[in-house]
Amino acid sequence: MRRWPGRYGRYGRYGPGLAALVALAVLVVFPLAVSAPWLVTIGLFTLMYAALASAWNLVGGYAGYPSLGHAAFFGMGAYAEAIWWTHRTAGSGYGPFWTLPPIGLAVAAVAVPVAWVAMRTRTDVFAIVTITFLFVVQTLAFNLRGLTGGAQGVAMPVAPFAPATFERPFYYAMLALLVLALAMSYGVLHSRLGLALTAVRGDEDKARSVGVPVGAAKLTAFALSVVVTAMAGGVWAYYLSFIYPQFAVDPLLSIGMVLMVFLGGRGTLWGPVLGAFVVAPAQQYLAYRFGASQLYLLAYAALFVVVMLVMPRGALPTLRDRIRRAEARA
Amino acid sequence: MSGPPLLEVRALTKRFGGVTAVDGCSFAVRRGTITGLIGPNGSGKTTVFNLVTGHLPADSGQLVFDGRPVTRPDPGRLYRRGLSRTFQQPRVFGELTVLENLVTAAGHGWRALAGRRLGARDAARGDGLLAEFGLSAHRDTPAAELSYGQRKLLEFAALLMSEPALVLLDEPTAGVSPAMVATIERHVRARHASGTTFLLVEHDMGLVMRLCDPVIVLDGGTVIAEGPPDDVRSLPRVLDAYLGG
Repeated sequence: MRRWPGRYGRYGRYGPGLAALVALAVLVVFPLAVSAPWLVTIGLFTLMYAALASAWNLVGGYAGYPSLGHAAFFGMGAYAEAIWWTHRTAGSGYGPFWTLPPIGLAVAAVAVPVAWVAMRTRTDVFAIVTITFLFVVQTLAFNLRGLTGGAQGVAMPVAPFAPATFERPFYYAMLALLVLALAMSYGVLHSRLGLALTAVRGDEDKARSVGVPVGAAKLTAFALSVVVTAMAGGVWAYYLSFIYPQFAVDPLLSIGMVLMVFLGGRGTLWGPVLGAFVVAPAQQYLAYRFGASQLYLLAYAALFVVVMLVMPRGALPTLRDRIRRAEARA
Repeated sequence: MSGPPLLEVRALTKRFGGVTAVDGCSFAVRRGTITGLIGPNGSGKTTVFNLVTGHLPADSGQLVFDGRPVTRPDPGRLYRRGLSRTFQQPRVFGELTVLENLVTAAGHGWRALAGRRLGARDAARGDGLLAEFGLSAHRDTPAAELSYGQRKLLEFAALLMSEPALVLLDEPTAGVSPAMVATIERHVRARHASGTTFLLVEHDMGLVMRLCDPVIVLDGGTVIAEGPPDDVRSLPRVLDAYLGG
């Protein structure tokens, strides 16, 4: 757990925090410095995936419960936002951002009973139960036409932002969600909850037998994760202002979160962000260059196989081990 | 010491398919004793442990712990009430450090989840136990890096964080070096002297005879004998159970 001992000399203990602040400053300045809207769009989606991956990591990484159903909560957030604003005007355009926190909490409240049932299973069975839930939600989105408009989709007001800087508010909303997801992850890691989750991931029955409140720990992690996921869905819906079931509740979104977390390092603070910043821009760029081709799916699959073979624990833990061993040799 | 027993097991029964592993088993563990639970392989000792601690649901029978009936045994709840156990194969959290293993076992409820990862008071108590068990040098080592014997020690030390009234040890010395057997015996004696009651499953008869009083003998899932070790040892039906009669 003790990282980079003495590496930053006199300012050692502030090193990681300073690095995070610099990274944050770069991300804040990025849309102001870059004029091409498509680049800001790529940034926006990269931040969205980084927030989603960090949120997924709370359940899939820290607790060791590989949920494939998170896209369902993303979709519920998206639909809640779109349906709420269908018959309202966006006014200055910022109103729809303020409905996000209550939507995040409401979707989390729905997620807790789902998780309470699903988390009676573990590992592969849990993955199957959660992806089943995803398809149930997608089917509901297709068929509850009165509410969701079915396959026709649902429209919400287009934000009245200037075309040249249209992406900025959405970009900053996603950045705020990433900061929230990282703050949650940091808080969890440094709290008793993080200790309990690591114990659960290692040996859940043993954890139960030494009095760890296993159920409460798992549900708390799940609920925190869903708050961010649903809010990201809401921002996404407002950005597109028109959503369809197959994109709002998309299994590929779940797969994307899993891939990014596995690539960067499960159960680490920065791994999911690293994974997202590698995979998401590449995916967006390929989509931009090659249109709507599904080429990136092949790249996804290939990347997953390579990651599993070369560094099954992800990039950060593997690198950390290498450095530790090199230092031990020196 | 007299008074009501700390743990009372009445007519406990557990069937696995057609096999009755525990068959109307009744016994009591008196406060302040180191009670031995012995019997040939397959006599149901570990199953009794699993039933008493709630790791397996019993088909029938009653449990009374610390004067109160336990209707639906749950490992976590019993642990917080003061009944804890070790496993035959030591189970520790390999990704956590040795100190974190101790703090994890402190027995806090869900309200404590929001607290610091290693609270100052828990860490201080953990350090005390690490010193007692000679593990202080490994305080910040991931438990996965400990030897088999050290893991057994750690598992034992960790559950003492809950200040248990009764500790169930499942073969505490199986597979460890003679030096470690002596160490474990020393710790059991020390904790017994400070008031902890023990129930011990063990195959090392020398250790059982030195440490335990009384001894309960299990065969075919039922109690066939009970008493001071020297008496039990010479009973014909105990010899029959072990040697096959």
